[in-house]
Amino acid sequence: MLSRVADSLYWMSRYLERAENTTRQLDVTMGLMLDTGGASAETRWERLVASLGKPEGLEWNGDLESMSRNLVFDNLNHAAITFCINGARENARQVREEISTEQWQRLNRLFHQIHSPQALTQFSSSINDLLASVIDGIHLFKGVSDTTMIHGEGWQFIRLGRYLERAYATATLLEVHQPELLHPQEREHAGYQYLEMVGLLRCCTSFEAYCQVYTADVAPDRILEFLLLNHDFPHAIRYCVDSIRDAIDSIQRIGGRRPPVELAAAIGRLHAMLNFTTIEEILHGDTPAFLHTIREQCLRIHEMIYRYYVHYSIQSALAS
Amino acid sequence: MSASHPLELDSLYGDYPLDHAFDEMREAGGEVRQHYRALAETLARLPEEELQRRKQSADLSFLTQGITFTVYGRDEGTERIFPYDLLPRLVTAVEWDRIERGLTQRITALNLFLRDIYSDAKILNDRVMPSELVYSCKHYRRQMRGLQVPRNVYVAVVGSDLLRLNTGEFVVLEDNLRVPSGVSYMLTNRRVMKRTFPQLFSSYGVRPIEHYPQLLLATLRSLAPEGRPEPNIVLLTPGVFNSAYFEHTYLARQMGIDLVEGRDLVTHDNVVYMRTTDGLKRVDVIYRRVDDDFSDPLIFRADSSLGCSGLFNAYRAGNVTVTNAFGTGLADDKAVYAYVPAMIRYYLNEDAILPNVETYLLGEEKQRQHVLANLDKLVVKAVGESGGYGMLIGPHSTAKQREEFARQIEANPRNYIAQPTLDFSRAPCLIGNRLEPRHVDLRPYILFGDKVNIVPGGLTRVALEKGSLVVNSSQGGGSKDTWILE
Repeated sequence: MLSRVADSLYWMSRYLERAENTTRQLDVTMGLMLDTGGASAETRWERLVASLGKPEGLEWNGDLESMSRNLVFDNLNHAAITFCINGARENARQVREEISTEQWQRLNRLFHQIHSPQALTQFSSSINDLLASVIDGIHLFKGVSDTTMIHGEGWQFIRLGRYLERAYATATLLEVHQPELLHPQEREHAGYQYLEMVGLLRCCTSFEAYCQVYTADVAPDRILEFLLLNHDFPHAIRYCVDSIRDAIDSIQRIGGRRPPVELAAAIGRLHAMLNFTTIEEILHGDTPAFLHTIREQCLRIHEMIYRYYVHYSIQSALAS
Repeated sequence: MSASHPLELDSLYGDYPLDHAFDEMREAGGEVRQHYRALAETLARLPEEELQRRKQSADLSFLTQGITFTVYGRDEGTERIFPYDLLPRLVTAVEWDRIERGLTQRITALNLFLRDIYSDAKILNDRVMPSELVYSCKHYRRQMRGLQVPRNVYVAVVGSDLLRLNTGEFVVLEDNLRVPSGVSYMLTNRRVMKRTFPQLFSSYGVRPIEHYPQLLLATLRSLAPEGRPEPNIVLLTPGVFNSAYFEHTYLARQMGIDLVEGRDLVTHDNVVYMRTTDGLKRVDVIYRRVDDDFSDPLIFRADSSLGCSGLFNAYRAGNVTVTNAFGTGLADDKAVYAYVPAMIRYYLNEDAILPNVETYLLGEEKQRQHVLANLDKLVVKAVGESGGYGMLIGPHSTAKQREEFARQIEANPRNYIAQPTLDFSRAPCLIGNRLEPRHVDLRPYILFGDKVNIVPGGLTRVALEKGSLVVNSSQGGGSKDTWILE
């Protein structure tokens, strides 16, 4: 597969994952703001922005309506949903011949939908419906990706993009939320605390899955355990890292001329961190540092992917 | 079923003049031609809302498929849907047979001409055409002299533009021998039309065109360098900002080959490689959709980053086939065009089956004077341009535009030709919810590998603006599906 094509598929997938993450977090935050007894709107907004990696241009200005409008529609803001969908579509457009017609049509429809005048109207009348329809569109795209595309190298790069983005975003989310989660302020009412914790789970579409494992008995350490270490739930970081490893292995099997030694080592380290650690060890150790390391390792894996598959030097490639 | 519904059909006609231009559907008296009757009856039977519903469903299909082209010179909304017309254009088997024979003959001669010019130039030595005309052409590539082209095929992919005159006869307006585009619209139009008028389509017995990508792939494979039994074939695109980008992706996908950009390619020791996730992979055949000028900065334009440095040398070494060959634009120069009938006689010893349009060469004193005196009646074109750019349509021009062109002609007569303003044929189009005639041309697609292959069909381009004679998509033209009947 052409390096440029792999690059585009990877970013198409990352952008869509990012759009989905932003959409879901905005949706959850708006929901939590309905209960006015807990944290202030400003606190919640700042937490949202921090969870998205502190993009610029989203500072609290007191006007929730205009800020959330920007987060949805501002084509120039790198965190905005439309920006991510544009990015995904632009990448897909550059590899039209690699993705299936169904994938392209789904993505194109999502793009036209979010840019239609109806989307603006819907934003004012029922933002939840709008956000839900965006998530639906992304889910449909993922569905047709899995059913209409050969599960070859291109598909593996799509997986790689999805899970790397997700692992990074989830680690960021947990890093931002962990102080509140582990050391709740005394004055907060138990009911609000519960809402906060459910909100955090909903940000990762994991409330129902959590209940299946732990029942509705929501507790901070269990939430962390679930989102970090569960190996069967696709939004848990451990699952993401397993998938990244699996995708790289598959890519290696398809091509296989140049073994990505350092890349495998970086993934292996992250994999070991999550596979051979218990939640007790994490909680008794330096939790923020642990989460931070996950993010750093993700960045490192990203760089390695580039070095091995996209931006390698011609001289070294001629040698092998 | 077969009873005609003259009343209903009459009410469908909008502003429908029948004058000296040939009407594809109606005879001079207004009655519907034999082969258009089933179409006319279907239209007359369909309730108005149903026709509009089908139109909308076809529109939506084009939009979600992302069948768009790019308009240059605008920042926003650079992507547009290619406008199309819902009604098919019908061509009878007899008409098609003549077109097919005529084009085969023409492409064979043009290819022989290119081979001759880039080797011994016998046609010039025999004074069939003036040397200066050839050597002053801006698409003549001296680098191609004496270069052995695989299978002696210079033009593997051609799209020639035909018009139908008021006599009902088809003539060739121009040949596109560089990087002809539009074939994806031919293929997607057909897909949409089959869904829009399924019964009508099957009742007509239309010859299939869907195998074009397969034929193209076979053509490219047949041109692979010797000793490369499993050639790696790629399509080279200028990239996503090119107006035909949709087509490039479409063809690559339909053929199952990689779509590469110049930045994906590297050359080493006169071999072309592409950068893959698994290292460098050798490239054997390049279906080139990048103009000569931009293909190799070492040989052609040094400021271009769209091509690949060293490509030409690898080509010259015979390590890679690039098709169409470089320098083929020479043979679609509009002044060289005037000599195509002479070429056919010279190389094949035959008369041209499809005639040319009468053409004035402005490099010649007498012809130039005649043209300058009659600018208001003629069409003037720059010889090396395409896409409807650099053109003066005399009867639709202002005195100021004519003055401007006269000045340019005097300054550089070789750069222009003139032709009579042709009242070429019109076909009925769905304008609003009425039928109105619009001018149409026909671009069939010709493939030349082991032999000449023409899929029965082509792109019928429509000048959608009332009275307009310009069919180019960059100038407000659209297209319709073309049905070649059994």
